[in-house]
Amino acid sequence: MTTHAARILYCHCAFARVVPPEVKAAVLTGLSEADVEFDAVPDLCEMAARGDARLRELAADGPLKIAACYPRAVKWLFAAAGAELPERAVRVWNMRVEPAAAVIDGLLDRDGSAGDAPVAGRSL
Amino acid sequence: MNSADRATLTRLLLERGLEVSCRQDAAAPPGHDPSLAASVLVANFGGVRPPAPASGVRIVDSEGIDPASLAVAIEREADQSSGGAPAAWKPWFPVIDYSRCTNCMQCLSFCLFEVYGVSAESKIQVQHQSNCKTDCPACSRVCPEVAIMFPKYRHGPINGEEVKADDVRREAMKVDISALLGGDVYALLRDRSVKAKSRFSKERDDERALKERQSCLIALQRDLDVPAEVLAALPSPEEILAKVEAARVRALAASETASLDTKD
Repeated sequence: MTTHAARILYCHCAFARVVPPEVKAAVLTGLSEADVEFDAVPDLCEMAARGDARLRELAADGPLKIAACYPRAVKWLFAAAGAELPERAVRVWNMRVEPAAAVIDGLLDRDGSAGDAPVAGRSL
Repeated sequence: MNSADRATLTRLLLERGLEVSCRQDAAAPPGHDPSLAASVLVANFGGVRPPAPASGVRIVDSEGIDPASLAVAIEREADQSSGGAPAAWKPWFPVIDYSRCTNCMQCLSFCLFEVYGVSAESKIQVQHQSNCKTDCPACSRVCPEVAIMFPKYRHGPINGEEVKADDVRREAMKVDISALLGGDVYALLRDRSVKAKSRFSKERDDERALKERQSCLIALQRDLDVPAEVLAALPSPEEILAKVEAARVRALAASETASLDTKD
């Protein structure tokens, strides 16, 4: 299992069917097959609603790659929990609209986006 | 554990509401704050008794166990560790995009369920998330700045999609229409109520009164995408007007305080 410079956070978006289940399954499989370290949470919305301290810990812990939904929503969900995401150090892949392969490639730096310039995914 | 089983186990645990941290070193729990450490540590210890866990951390040996059975065992340990699973609640609540919000307090005035409040600094904020009615995005539809999101909503920009110029134009148009109708939506509702009261008191036609209310609710449901069950749960017209007045006073007080703060 390898450690990436940026932590990887995956949101399973429970409680709603807005993220296609096949995309979620493929992203989880891709992360497991790549043997990388990652954090997976049942639902970022729920964590934000609870003001979960984990969100503040994740936001403060350096570069972060997030597989979830729309970047604008993710940014303000963190903010709702009192966690300010550092804009330049966070990138978000939207599983509602992006294909699983693009999400995986981005999370694993296979899309050539490991440098500063955002190639795929959305900087905040 | 092979990668397919790991993916399956992760999915099963997430579906049970448990957070999962996949780590290279089982001895190093995620996070730097000890209070945030994993409560259940899962690893293949090969049947050999693992070292005594840190305080509050339970251990499950995955040796020879299929993902489904493992998920059950982990959930049991997690329940014991945390004192039971959290209550099931669909996290449906408004999320404010403060880069767009102008603190106009329309949402606070509009919401009948007191989801919104103001901070000590007179800033609008979501204070009672659990009061929010599931699948009701009405407050985001009255927001003139398209600043209120419901991330689990079907359509953009309410779901968090980037706001386009057309969205803002549409909102501006909505506000203009509201102004044309007589100032604001509550003034309109109040007028309707007064007119209806006077008409019904003359006619004493309960059936007609019910029809009037139903047609009004159907129009609201269509225009604001409000679920039928939310409308069914609405208080009586008198209670609504009382709540509207209370919200209006709160919003006015908050706006005046904010205005004073700005002058200072």
